[in-house]
Amino acid sequence: MDSFFRSEEMCLVQLFFQTESAHNCINELGHLGLVQFKDLNPGTVAFQRRFVKEVKKCEEMERILRFLENEVVKSNIPIPADFTSETIPFPRDVLDLESSFDKLEQELKEINSNRDTLRQNFTQLMEINHLLQMTDDFFEEAESQLSISELPSEDSVYSSRVTSRRTSYTSTNGPLKLGFVAGVIKHERFPAFEKILWRLFHGNFVLRHAEIKPHEEENMAEDPVKKDVFVVFVQGDQIRGKIRKLCDGFHASMYPCPNNAYARKEMRTNANTRIEDLRLVLKRTEEFRATVLTAAAANLQEWTTKVKKMKAIYYTLNLCNIDITQKLIVAEIWCPVSDLNSVHTALIHGSEQSGSSLSPVVNRIQTQQTPPTFNRVNSFTSGFQSIIDAYGVGNYQEINPAPYTMVTFPFLFAVMFGDCGHGLVMTLLALWLILHQEHFRKLKNELIDMLVDGRYIIFLMGLFSIYTGLIYNDCFSKSFNVFGSSWSVRPMFHPHGPWTNDTLHDSGHLHLDPLVSGVYSGNPYPFGVDPIWNIASNKLSFLNSYKMKMSVIMGVAHMLFGVTLSLVNYIFFRNLKDVALQFIPEVIFMLSLFGYLIFLILYKWCVVMKSESAPSILLLFINMILFDYSSEGTVLYRTQRPVQIFLVVVAVLMVPWLLFAKPLLLYRKHKLSKLVSMADIFVYQGIHTIEYCLGCISNTASYLRLWALSLAHAELSEVLWKMVLQVALRVTSGMGSVLLAVTFAAFAVLTVTILLVMEGLSAFLHALRLHWVEFQNKFYKGSGYKFTPLSFDRMRDMQ
Amino acid sequence: MVSCLFCGPKLAACGIVISIWGVIMLAMLGIFFTTHSAVLIEDVPFKEEDMHNDQESLHAIYGLYNQVGYNCFIAAGIYVLVAALSFCQIKLNHRKEYMVR
Repeated sequence: MDSFFRSEEMCLVQLFFQTESAHNCINELGHLGLVQFKDLNPGTVAFQRRFVKEVKKCEEMERILRFLENEVVKSNIPIPADFTSETIPFPRDVLDLESSFDKLEQELKEINSNRDTLRQNFTQLMEINHLLQMTDDFFEEAESQLSISELPSEDSVYSSRVTSRRTSYTSTNGPLKLGFVAGVIKHERFPAFEKILWRLFHGNFVLRHAEIKPHEEENMAEDPVKKDVFVVFVQGDQIRGKIRKLCDGFHASMYPCPNNAYARKEMRTNANTRIEDLRLVLKRTEEFRATVLTAAAANLQEWTTKVKKMKAIYYTLNLCNIDITQKLIVAEIWCPVSDLNSVHTALIHGSEQSGSSLSPVVNRIQTQQTPPTFNRVNSFTSGFQSIIDAYGVGNYQEINPAPYTMVTFPFLFAVMFGDCGHGLVMTLLALWLILHQEHFRKLKNELIDMLVDGRYIIFLMGLFSIYTGLIYNDCFSKSFNVFGSSWSVRPMFHPHGPWTNDTLHDSGHLHLDPLVSGVYSGNPYPFGVDPIWNIASNKLSFLNSYKMKMSVIMGVAHMLFGVTLSLVNYIFFRNLKDVALQFIPEVIFMLSLFGYLIFLILYKWCVVMKSESAPSILLLFINMILFDYSSEGTVLYRTQRPVQIFLVVVAVLMVPWLLFAKPLLLYRKHKLSKLVSMADIFVYQGIHTIEYCLGCISNTASYLRLWALSLAHAELSEVLWKMVLQVALRVTSGMGSVLLAVTFAAFAVLTVTILLVMEGLSAFLHALRLHWVEFQNKFYKGSGYKFTPLSFDRMRDMQ
Repeated sequence: MVSCLFCGPKLAACGIVISIWGVIMLAMLGIFFTTHSAVLIEDVPFKEEDMHNDQESLHAIYGLYNQVGYNCFIAAGIYVLVAALSFCQIKLNHRKEYMVR
């Protein structure tokens, strides 16, 4: 089955079903999730469609559900999960649901407003209570003070709960007739209030205030606002009127406060009884509200799914055509050819459920339109398919790069990451993600969702990194010596070799000479890089050369593979002309230049020669292009000169073949018709040729990032070891082990953040770029559109 | 009984991950040091004088290797304790979650 090699074959199908069975049929198709409805009314605006009222009703119901959910969450009532996901919402259910939603909303709004009024009353009563309690003392004090002196007092007494009670009332008869205004004001506003009073009345008043200290049981209000009680004693009614207006301006609530103590006490008892009553009423209201909300919460999930399904079904019905007789609905769907049977069975099932006598008619039609691209994926392949689709969805039935990406992408990542210790940590992390997938999805964090979607990609990246780490022989920047190094230092000493004890004392650097017998055993290290390179100071000279050449080899191989895939595309689309006009010159161009480069690299690696006289491959290549054979000793093998001349000439001949062959052939075919513009064809072909030929060179150089990133990773890893862990390892005194334990924690955290996260993201990005640009521009067109079926599972996952 | 819970679930999870990693990696490092692996030569704090003392130099260097190795083992032991502590914290966190419900 080639359903993953290229996208599936799709067919356009006409469906006819009865209006009564429409809901059930579309419901069944939605559960199946394999069918994309085509819009048969593309010209109509949203509010001109047939079922726009129903869609609006569904949206209104969604709004009510959101309001309900908010209220439930605010009151900390848990919402139980819903397991009845297969219920089919009938059209008549919609009316029931609608009316019950409206009722619920009204009820809840009423409860809320009642509760707010009650709370307001309660706060007022509490304030009156406090006011009465505190003004008792003020009255006594102020009366006595004013009778003594006319001086206004500036110092406000704070928190006057303990003042001496004067039992004697000073007589109020006399020229002083005190009026007062009592009220409650917000604590922050009080200083401004006092200032304005001063400015207005120049101190002809007595102001007393105290802060209300809330008791613990008074948590009926949502946010306790700090308030102050104040009493202003003034003379005269006009001033009182002004003060009243001032209080209004400051939103201070004024309360009537009786003059004498007896009336005040009576008022207080009154207020207390009312407060007790209100407390009871408020408690009952809260309980009732909680019951209503719990009952609603039990069905909340079920209702939400139902309403969503209804909305989706009505939206789909809007895309279909309704027959004149209002009895028949015509729909056009795209569906994969291999799934036609299941679609048919689903429709029959749906119409049986609705009890209609006629089964829906399924009629496949031919069309010239381009079908959507559908790649059937499972949970493993979906990650790779999505990173391919992120760049461009493939054309209909074009070769799908995803199956090859499943291997090449983790491999190119691993070449750049190349450390078996870090690879192991990454693999274990990915394993944890895979095993606890549900737990992570529940967190509903965007970043974590992205990580979870790519868990198999990360797992493969880690596995491949362990492999390349073993090849590079690099584990947290240290090498493993499993098989015994092929180099040996002892033969360098006398009598075998040139070194003596004096050589050791004199020189800072020593050079192992492989020509001295016994230094190099003749058998290379069986797997990976020899561990002696890890402690050699010229390790980078060796590794750089090796990694650069390896990157070029991998790059040319990857690109040749891409060009070969374009051949498969041409054959599938029966485009044999393009095989001769495009594929063959492209392959010959690439092979003759860059294939030969690979040959030179491999030849130089395999053949034994003295390193001082070995020619540089770069210089060889440049001289080959420039036809420069003048310098001495620049041959690797005897017949090098004629072979190279031949290859360059062949490559140069490919360029006009690519440039002119195809346009000239098209010109001959369409000489008489004016449909094709020749200028366009020549320009297009010119652009393609230049892009390909120059691209060969630049893309090959671009693959050198495989070397650059692996060098950066190795160096970062080494720096981290030397600067962090080695500091603690070199301490051998008593507390060395404790310091080592602490330093190891820092080493671990830095490894994860810098080397795993930062370097991992960087290598991921570069490997992705190599695939998207260097690999895919050899064969991939990527201008299709994705198949988006009506699927209730996908809608539920997306919410 | 006084509640010994002093870190949340995330800190405890981090603790146990780092502890397990520390135990494994430090134990392996300890083994490699005590078997005198040549690759780890730069992590051993030998001084110039040790190199010049012809008779004892090899044993001195091996002695230093062993010292660093034992340091690694002790640090691994410390991490075993930290792992046990983190595990206790995780268990207490789980229990607290169930009790509040």
